[in-house]
Amino acid sequence: MGKAAVDVPMKGGFNFDLCRRNEMLSSKGLKSPSFLKTGTTIVGLIFQDGVILGADTRATEGPIVADKNCEKIHYMAPNIYCCGAGTAADTEAVTDMVSSQLQLHCYHTGRESRVVTALSLLKSHLFSYQGHVSAALVLGGVDVTGPHLHTIYPHGSTDTLPFATMGSGSLAAMAVFESKYREGLTRDEGIKLVTEAICSGIFNDLGSGSNVDVCVITKGQTEYLRNLQSPNPRTYVNERGYSFSKKTEVLSTKITPLKELVEVIEGGDAMEE
Amino acid sequence: MKEQANWSPYDNNGGTCVAIAGADYCVIASDTRMSTGYSILTRDYSKIRELAEKSVMASSGFQADVRALQKVLSARHAIYQHQHNKQMSCPAMAQLLSNTLYYKRFFPYYAFNVLGGLDNEGKGCVFTYDAVGSYERVGYSSQGSGSTLIMPFLDNQLKSPSPLLLPAQDAVTPLSESEAIDLVKTCFASATERDIYTGDKLEIVVLNASGIRREYMELRKD
Repeated sequence: MGKAAVDVPMKGGFNFDLCRRNEMLSSKGLKSPSFLKTGTTIVGLIFQDGVILGADTRATEGPIVADKNCEKIHYMAPNIYCCGAGTAADTEAVTDMVSSQLQLHCYHTGRESRVVTALSLLKSHLFSYQGHVSAALVLGGVDVTGPHLHTIYPHGSTDTLPFATMGSGSLAAMAVFESKYREGLTRDEGIKLVTEAICSGIFNDLGSGSNVDVCVITKGQTEYLRNLQSPNPRTYVNERGYSFSKKTEVLSTKITPLKELVEVIEGGDAMEE
Repeated sequence: MKEQANWSPYDNNGGTCVAIAGADYCVIASDTRMSTGYSILTRDYSKIRELAEKSVMASSGFQADVRALQKVLSARHAIYQHQHNKQMSCPAMAQLLSNTLYYKRFFPYYAFNVLGGLDNEGKGCVFTYDAVGSYERVGYSSQGSGSTLIMPFLDNQLKSPSPLLLPAQDAVTPLSESEAIDLVKTCFASATERDIYTGDKLEIVVLNASGIRREYMELRKD
């Protein structure tokens, strides 16, 4: 009997083979590539007739703003939307994936999607990746059982709450909610409170900024209010503008003619039939 | 594995500084935001200090070290005035700043400085520094968190296309005072859009033969 190594077939999911090499490289001083995080403020609250979700629109890569007006409120189902904070690719991918799964489930059951279904699909996916999928979500929607609002953490735990905030600006936004939230808010009061909370994050948290997006979900109707508020216009535009010379300076010119390749065919038939 | 320190004596309070020298003026500007991590400490902090009649310094980095550095330079200038019965010239202050920074070569001031003023002939001068005192007289410079965004734009607008092609240019830029101020305002409005540590308000100090003047402009507060 020889020492035959049985090759285990590749399973799906993450491959951690390069982790040791990466650790060795970073100990030698190599900076690992950064991820695009949404350094965000996202909120949700339950009001009289349903759920209101809110988000800022800044995406950062370290100290630099990568996108001044990105969309953080993702579509899950006609009656369910999800705000995402954390690594942008992760929030995008996980919400798209669960949205597709929900649609298939919808066709299979013949019924409108329920928020708890989206919740279970998201939390089981995130748990199975043990926190490596860095997505912190605020999931909200209205289904036959009523309005629902949940928060989902990267490791897969969830909370069910009447009002919630996530992201780097969550403390600034929660300060507003804890002061002014009460049960049974009207639509206008709810929208006003959500925009106040997001603005608090935009102005007090450096990871959040630009505009306010809001999504109002009620029984039978969803309103996606993109850029409901834009409280950050550019402060100075020079009327005369600036000129940028189109030419690149030519320092020196050297022309090298390519040698001509001449084929000499020795008499006879140049080509076969 | 060697144990790493889990306490650092330094912090970065963010911010950006710019200075542009003209034929008979100098513009020194910086934003007024002071931050730590993802939070704002104050929206109204001046990073600019007049060290002498014709020398103005703007510094970004760790503001506690910046404040200590400003005090040391002010004290040294007071001594100079007592000993020489005159104000320090800008080139003299430039060398003093360099020496002060190198003095703490092995526990540096976490300060990124740009010194602006008028030289002995009344022409604008700008000196740019690193944290340990290496300095150079230039026509314009920027330091701080937004410098990587601002410097290429200033190079494009103020520098000759290729230093190899044209004869070497003077350290002074051929802009009028109002054009230079306009340029500075555009630089900061643009840097504020893309750098999270730059914003709130812009403070501009203009030094010319008639003295020192201050101007302010609002910037994005998010």
